[in-house]
Amino acid sequence: MVAPVRRAATVSLTQDIWRRFKRHRLALFGAVILLVIIAGVAIGPWLWTVPINEIDFNARLKPPSWQHPFGTDDLGQDLFSRMLYGGRISIAVGLAAMTIAIVVGTIIGAIAGMSRGLVDTFLMWLTDLFLSLPQLPLLLLIIYLFRDSLKKIVGAETGVFIMIVVVIGGFRWMPVARLVRAQFLSLREKEFVEAARALGASRLRQVARHILPNALGPVIVAGTIDVAAAIIAESTLSFLGLGFPPDIPTWGRVLFDAKDYLDTSPYWALFPGTLIFLTVLSINYIGDGLRDALDPRRVL
Amino acid sequence: MTLPGTYVLRRLLIALPSLLGISIVLFTVLALAPGDPFGDIVSNPNIPADVAANLRLKFGMDDPVAVRYLRWLTAMLQGDWGFSFASRIDVDTLIMQRLWTTLLVIGSSQVLALLIALPVGIYAATRPYSLFDQVANTLTFIGFSLPTFFTGLLLILVFSIQLDWLPFVYRSDISATGWRFFWEHFRQTIMPVSVLALFQAASWTRYVRSAALDVIRLDYVTTARSKGLKERVVIMKHVVRNALIPVVTLVALQLPAIFGGAIVTEQIFRVPGIGSLLISAILANDTPVIMAVTFVFSCLVISFNLLADILYGWLDPRISLR
Repeated sequence: MVAPVRRAATVSLTQDIWRRFKRHRLALFGAVILLVIIAGVAIGPWLWTVPINEIDFNARLKPPSWQHPFGTDDLGQDLFSRMLYGGRISIAVGLAAMTIAIVVGTIIGAIAGMSRGLVDTFLMWLTDLFLSLPQLPLLLLIIYLFRDSLKKIVGAETGVFIMIVVVIGGFRWMPVARLVRAQFLSLREKEFVEAARALGASRLRQVARHILPNALGPVIVAGTIDVAAAIIAESTLSFLGLGFPPDIPTWGRVLFDAKDYLDTSPYWALFPGTLIFLTVLSINYIGDGLRDALDPRRVL
Repeated sequence: MTLPGTYVLRRLLIALPSLLGISIVLFTVLALAPGDPFGDIVSNPNIPADVAANLRLKFGMDDPVAVRYLRWLTAMLQGDWGFSFASRIDVDTLIMQRLWTTLLVIGSSQVLALLIALPVGIYAATRPYSLFDQVANTLTFIGFSLPTFFTGLLLILVFSIQLDWLPFVYRSDISATGWRFFWEHFRQTIMPVSVLALFQAASWTRYVRSAALDVIRLDYVTTARSKGLKERVVIMKHVVRNALIPVVTLVALQLPAIFGGAIVTEQIFRVPGIGSLLISAILANDTPVIMAVTFVFSCLVISFNLLADILYGWLDPRISLR
């Protein structure tokens, strides 16, 4: 009887989370697909060295073949290499916007959760206000108003990247802030925090050492889903023709270019669309799996 | 059952600051933007400097921020939205022409989404972890992972190009009359409405299922069953109404996303609503139209939130009495 107990005690937190995560088959499957996609866009451009902007009018709108695995577009550019390169941008936008959303959300949620009274009320009013903003129209408005001046300062590519990431992240922090605040409100009254307080821990130390680590579970789940939402937001903007310029072939942008050729070259739209769908689906399943794995009260 | 008037009034009073907050956000964005909305006129070299200065004076562009904000807000609230640079008509006429199409498409898609989500979610909750539940769960995951723009293209590819059943461009100038007119309109709204409805139905089914699952375990449901009530009555009268309470909140929270989806759908199918108006205005640098459409979208979100709050009070009397 003694041996299994001792073995259980040596299982680390990460091992336990991994054990629980593995139980969720679809989440595991999603993780594998996502890893393949990320590895593909990270390593792919080195292995598949066809330039993304080589115009070849003899190879216009060619369906998939060994020479062009994903076919070519109306300028004869190789879609496979465009997709690999664009995937980097799409996924980078997703990750960067998620980071902004999490950092802003955690800070606002933590301040609201630790302070009582007016500050808390004001921050929650602000959160609710942002939640009820019509996001896509505002995104479009901001991009319309600020695009040109930012382009002048840091150049087209970085300018658009920074703006899209900041704006998407700036509209996605609210759920995180609410989650963090709710966690803080209950955690700060727990005995172990009280013990820390009694031992003379400063407010900052209470938050950083005791409250925040315990509040991170739901934040990680929300962050995972934020990556998917940010990828969809970026693709939507590019699909509307208001995201990245044509020489940066993010998946949404390729879809935007492809939509007028649906009748003759459906593959052109199907590849980027399917990639967005698979990435988002895998991330959503991973989020679902993490939700189960990070909730220690749940017996799995 | 009637709602206490004070509850409705209180909700109205809560909605007002949000409207003000949103208008401040809008105005700040506008004020922070480089150049100004009349930049084209003022920086146009063909306009003499003194005329430009007079224009600045006339539009009060050098007044303090607070004054400019108040003037802008009153103009916005009075429906005085200016003149469209691109279409050469007043912005409010332009928007009123198109608003109803948008509301029709959004409204019917929401009804369709509810018609899918409620039965599927409730049925899945009565049989948790059954085959039906698992299939429904997988489909909902696929549903909300499919971006609306891709679903739209897929539907066009299948139903317009491959099968040639449905038109993929929305036409407002259908010449037919009578039944034929309605039939043509119905045919061309099928795809835009289903794109929006499928996306919404997917996320709502999850909410309905989990909310119903929470309620179905409660003691009063067991009591209802042990009284000998029919299962159908237990579900319809005891479970559904209470399960709807959290669903209403979540639906209200999703509203901004619904309007976002509407913009994309209108753009794909060329539906002449305010969403496609926004996109074409942005592409044409038509600032007054852009501002007005964004403002209308904000007002729509707030009024539907208000509606959801009132509905919430009707579903759960405890809230309206508190």
